[in-house]
Amino acid sequence: MIEIDGLTKRYGDKTAVDGLSFVVEPGVVTGFLGPNGAGKSTTMRMIAGLDRPDSGTVRVNGKHYPRAPAPMAELGILLDARSVHPGLSARANLLALARTAGISRRRVDEVIDLAGLAEVAGTRAGGFSLGMGQRLGVAAALLGQPQTVVLDEPVNGLDPDGVRWIRLLLKSLAAEGRTVLVSSHLMSEMAQTATQLIVLGRGKLITEASVTDFTDRAAGTGVLVRTPEPVRLGQLLAAPGITVINDGTDLLRVSGTTAEQIGAAAWRAHLPLYELTPTHASLEEAFMQVTQDSIEYHAGATR
Amino acid sequence: MSAITRPGLAPAQGIPAPAPMAPATVAGPVTQVRVVRAEWTKLRALRSTRWSALSAIVLIVGVGALVAGSGTPYRFSASNTAAVGISTALLGVLFAQLVVGMVGVLAFSGEYGTGMIRATLAVVPARLPVLWAKVIVLAGLVLPVTLLCAFLDYFVAAAIESSRGGSAFSLSDPGVLRTVVGSALYLTVVVVIGLALGALFRKTAAGLSVFAAVFFVIPIIVASLPHKITGFALYLPTNAGGALWGDPQTTAHALSPWTGFAVLCGYAVVLTALAAWQLRRRDA
Repeated sequence: MIEIDGLTKRYGDKTAVDGLSFVVEPGVVTGFLGPNGAGKSTTMRMIAGLDRPDSGTVRVNGKHYPRAPAPMAELGILLDARSVHPGLSARANLLALARTAGISRRRVDEVIDLAGLAEVAGTRAGGFSLGMGQRLGVAAALLGQPQTVVLDEPVNGLDPDGVRWIRLLLKSLAAEGRTVLVSSHLMSEMAQTATQLIVLGRGKLITEASVTDFTDRAAGTGVLVRTPEPVRLGQLLAAPGITVINDGTDLLRVSGTTAEQIGAAAWRAHLPLYELTPTHASLEEAFMQVTQDSIEYHAGATR
Repeated sequence: MSAITRPGLAPAQGIPAPAPMAPATVAGPVTQVRVVRAEWTKLRALRSTRWSALSAIVLIVGVGALVAGSGTPYRFSASNTAAVGISTALLGVLFAQLVVGMVGVLAFSGEYGTGMIRATLAVVPARLPVLWAKVIVLAGLVLPVTLLCAFLDYFVAAAIESSRGGSAFSLSDPGVLRTVVGSALYLTVVVVIGLALGALFRKTAAGLSVFAAVFFVIPIIVASLPHKITGFALYLPTNAGGALWGDPQTTAHALSPWTGFAVLCGYAVVLTALAAWQLRRRDA
């Protein structure tokens, strides 16, 4: 479990994380979302005790991590930036970390196999591709069989096989009762992997919700209705909490009610319906909607 | 949930199967001894360590052989004692100290430069054990290697001198053993100073520049200044440390050998303390 309370971090006059509070529960995969510069990586660094918060607290499995007696049993972390020595082999990199907690060579070889690095374990990590480097970083995070696993962009640079490996790995870690916090910009991947979401924007918490609730609340979740009488049907459906959008064609986009209720209402008013389709916002659409105001770096022309 | 059966996450044998929500782990507590082992694992696996050790041997013994084999054969006199002769043969220490300092600086700056420091400090979040471990491992490597170099240098130089008809050196001559062992002690403290500079500056270029300035450039500049204003010169790290192994450049106006060495150790202690304070305080 990760408990974050009132966490604030400033770099100079820029506030990277601003009064952030949330809890990551064990047993499920929690997705950590936010545009670039939202403070995800900074938060993860503070979880690992690498950056010191200006105020607020982080507890990992109920403990103050920097004072945990057996840190590798508590937390395994993959950071966004590379954190391996290019002059050391993959095995030597892992062994150096393992030694600090008395972890056996056998366990080092286990994670090497698990990460699919057996063939390159003896070669210097400096020559690794981005994907190989990620695999090494994930292997390092798993070394101590930690109760809590924090991975920043683990699928970055991985091939499809690697992406699938990460997805299954995260789910199995959660199924074992571990706490799993993972960030990614790949929304489709996140939608397949995560159960819970924490969404940041400009260093602040935007939403803490399950993936289902999060997408249900987004615009785009509703019902698509095609009728020759769009104006009359629109008037008929109008009620507080129900939005009807008509773009001048025979299509209506209705949200705030169900397909069943629309169909029944149209039948009672003898209005013909040609189409009645429930639609769901994708995680990506939902994400774009909630983070629109907090995007730090706009892509100029597109917006 | 039953016992974990996935191969990658299986608990080590002998560790009981995990209770739900409290998975077993293979990771034990961090101890200073374990962190020392971890740092030794890194140091011995790096190619630069082997090259540095090799170049230290070549610089010290090679330069010593050149010095002994050139000029007129060394003959003992009131001013040309056996100790002075040996410290002259140890001239290579002045070059080897750059290699040793670089090894020290890189031990930290190399980790900051590559990003490995984040992995290192994430698994040892108390941080200070990493600094102590690096001090122990580097000093534990440099002392035996430089002792070997210094004694090799002594025997090679003594053999060359006697073959050329110079005086016969003996380790029991006054100050000779102190000079030979002192050169190794000097380089051992130098590696700690380099390490502290690497931790303080974090960047290899900055750490090395400061090290080279203090140990190479400043002594040369000070030596060329009028004597009236260079009263502090004997407290410079090179000169204070040189008092122990009788660096020929400083024998004229120097602290007593062990006072000088104590001053050098003082620099190392102060710099290491600063490095420790900063390592605790700053973001990694």
